[in-house]
Amino acid sequence: MSDHEEHRYDVLIVGAGGAGLRAAIAAREEGLRVAIICKSLFGKAHTVMAEGGIAASMGNVNSNDSWQVHFRDTMRGGKFLNIPRMAELHAQEAPQRVWELETYGALFDRTPDGRISQRNFGGHEYPRLAHVGDRTGLELIRTLQQKIVSLRQAEELAAVGADAAAGGGHETLDDTDAGLRVFAEVTITELLTDGSGAIAGAFGYRRETGTFIVFRAPAVILATGGIGKSFKVTSNSWEYTGDGHALALRAGSTLINMEFVQFHPTGMVWPPSVKGILVTESVRGDGGVLRNSEGKRFMFNYVPEIFRAKYADTEEEGDRWYADPENNLRPPELLPRDEVARAINSEVKAGRGTEHGGVFLDVSTRLPADVIIKKLPSMHHQFYELADVDITKQAMEVGPTCHYVMGGVEVDPDTAAARNVPGLFAAGEVSGGMHGSNRLGGNSLSDLLVFGRRAGVGAAEYVRGLGDSVPEIQDGALDVAANEALAPFQPPADGGIGENPYTIHRELQEVMNDLVGIIRREDEVQRALEAIDALKLRVPGVSVEGHRQFNPGWHLALDLRNMLLVSECVARAALLRQESRGGHTRDDYPGMNSQWRRKLLVCSINDGDAAEPAGITVTEEPSPVIREDLLALFDRSELESYLTADELPADTTASGGAT
Amino acid sequence: MSRNAKFRVWRGDAAGGELHDYTVEVNEGEVVLDIIHRLQATQAGDLAVRWNCKAGKCGSCSAEINGRPRLLCMTRMSTFTDDEVITVTPMRSFPVIRDLVTDVSFNYQKARQIPAFAPPPDLAPGEYRMQQVDVERSQEFRKCIECFLCQNVCHVVRDHEENKTAFSGPRFFIRAAELDMHPLDARTDRREFAQAEQGIGMCNITKCCTEVCPEHIKITDNAIIPMKERVVDRKYDPLVWLGNKLFRRGND
Repeated sequence: MSDHEEHRYDVLIVGAGGAGLRAAIAAREEGLRVAIICKSLFGKAHTVMAEGGIAASMGNVNSNDSWQVHFRDTMRGGKFLNIPRMAELHAQEAPQRVWELETYGALFDRTPDGRISQRNFGGHEYPRLAHVGDRTGLELIRTLQQKIVSLRQAEELAAVGADAAAGGGHETLDDTDAGLRVFAEVTITELLTDGSGAIAGAFGYRRETGTFIVFRAPAVILATGGIGKSFKVTSNSWEYTGDGHALALRAGSTLINMEFVQFHPTGMVWPPSVKGILVTESVRGDGGVLRNSEGKRFMFNYVPEIFRAKYADTEEEGDRWYADPENNLRPPELLPRDEVARAINSEVKAGRGTEHGGVFLDVSTRLPADVIIKKLPSMHHQFYELADVDITKQAMEVGPTCHYVMGGVEVDPDTAAARNVPGLFAAGEVSGGMHGSNRLGGNSLSDLLVFGRRAGVGAAEYVRGLGDSVPEIQDGALDVAANEALAPFQPPADGGIGENPYTIHRELQEVMNDLVGIIRREDEVQRALEAIDALKLRVPGVSVEGHRQFNPGWHLALDLRNMLLVSECVARAALLRQESRGGHTRDDYPGMNSQWRRKLLVCSINDGDAAEPAGITVTEEPSPVIREDLLALFDRSELESYLTADELPADTTASGGAT
Repeated sequence: MSRNAKFRVWRGDAAGGELHDYTVEVNEGEVVLDIIHRLQATQAGDLAVRWNCKAGKCGSCSAEINGRPRLLCMTRMSTFTDDEVITVTPMRSFPVIRDLVTDVSFNYQKARQIPAFAPPPDLAPGEYRMQQVDVERSQEFRKCIECFLCQNVCHVVRDHEENKTAFSGPRFFIRAAELDMHPLDARTDRREFAQAEQGIGMCNITKCCTEVCPEHIKITDNAIIPMKERVVDRKYDPLVWLGNKLFRRGND
């Protein structure tokens, strides 16, 4: 294969959001040579869109908080389907990961005594989210980006000594010699393995030139984020095409929990061009309330039995909670996201929606204008600029938007190693299990940091363990990958004009949104699978115009394969799971079923045959058992609503925290 | 509610290019980026443009609309009259790669030249204490989304490619100011560095950067002017500065 460049590293990190950058820092500090792949420019990853904050039980605002309480909230939010070890590590390590960001230069909002301020969020018992106004994701990405730069500077200083230091830190280290290098605007299209199936490298292209790039590396950390671009109404950017999910599948690994897709309750609904753009949960955490077209705070009608003891019954009590959380229950606007999204959906269906099919989210009658602008500056800006709405004077119109996939690569909780494929690791949204059936707001940024670091360390241990026996790419694999990547430039065999990739993408988004969206039914999901099968057959006929240099049509054509694969995972798993839990609501099976809690649905790829293109196989596997000391953190009565009788702890008197 | 609009979009690469005319559908509430996307999906599948968040938070879709540097995703079509021809061109101060995409690597090189935050050596993680009023000054600059529109409009480099070596530009003056005003940054030579290494002295305070900033950061008033003034206050001496840097090297 001609026309390509090659690089050799110890570890290749695919993705430059919070998880990828934190993994890179960890792997570099372990002494590895690290390459970071950004699909976009450095510092533009989707993490930048995170608004509310980073959940960590530092206890700065309420000293009753602890990792145990955070663990408990996370399991409740995920309806007990979370991999318990992941939720445990996450709750234990999040505070350290946040404090560490301050040593990188992060500037969080402060408490009156000068510590990191923490805000309330849905499903979190105490104020827990470290934040910077409503632009916390930007602060996180910039902080990690600048830490990466500082590691590079430290290396330069070490390499060239005091002379360079006196010269003001000018770049003196050649890119190819650096132990840490960022490859911006590169897309990985395939992972490459050796004959035994172990990771040996990766294949991709540079967007700027369209030329191919090959990495030889014994470890790959996937940190590619989510799959939201398979849905029509989404808060996700163009990058979220399920690349890491699909790369892992094609390399032979497995995905879990793919039926669980989070629809954030509050996306913009008007004007149409901004439909789906996120409205942060902080609006509710800071006092905003949801009202229907009759002006009623409808969330009080939607508190499910399992949460009834934890949420206020009246508006008066809910309102008192903001000032006096010790003696009042929180308002139901702060239920976990899946509950709020379903409630909004029901109100709109019942004809109590707004003119544009949403509900009202109002902060203007709740807080003074200057406080709104101080606490929610980017929301103020966003609505003012894009919707002609001044949120200090008017209510916002909001509705559910596809926001996050709980499902992802099945990993070892401690090392982030992916199943079945030695040398493959995954962290952040692309990994599965941490959040169970529903993620709490604020738990994503902490997830990125905790498991990003663990993946970096895990990869370092793996690489050291290999010694000199580094897996090498199989012969011929590069040609196969190159031919696959160039296929969209082939004119259609029938001499016609070929399929437009944008058309197929739009059709897939409509199928997923309408048939595998927030509320699902067996017959609709079946229809979605038929539609996905039909789209799969059309993808080989996709043909793009122009040449290889920065050609978005070509890029989309290659991303389509990944989107179809992950969409099939979502639909097949959604069809099998005959219950409603978290981010999976079945109209035909409305209840939560504790027998189903014991099952994980595991997706793997099958080869297909001459008649059928490769597809997804879903198998049931048992969920991991929750350790007794972790079960002891809950009241038995609460456990009874999630677990089967034989899973409950033997000692009926044992009832731990939950006070 | 839909209408047709006339667009002229620059198409080409480093070797040259020209404006192409398109007639394209526009619907209520749309922004210029929506129209560019519609062109991609229906008339020009290979039209190159950068974008990510489509909500003014990532700073990817910077370009020039009727000659004015803007974010494509935050420029509403309702700001133009129905018969107005809308011309979209790439940022002028950076080399064109293709169509609306430019080579902004200049900015990443400048970013790597600024010494990173120096953590206070006597504080462990978790021990940092800062007052809100003190962090707010730096927080204003950390709102920067790195759209590089300020770099694009700055007179010092917009038509003077030769100044790029010695001049870091407004985006990196606010980075320097942010670190200078950080309550716990252990370095004390941020202002000297801005003067001696970043070329802040070349700025003649025309405030173009402040005017173009989509985050409304007061770049000139709150960052550049204080950094210039304070350097003067200190009667900057390059030899003293060099000595400080060498002396402080152990803390990096």
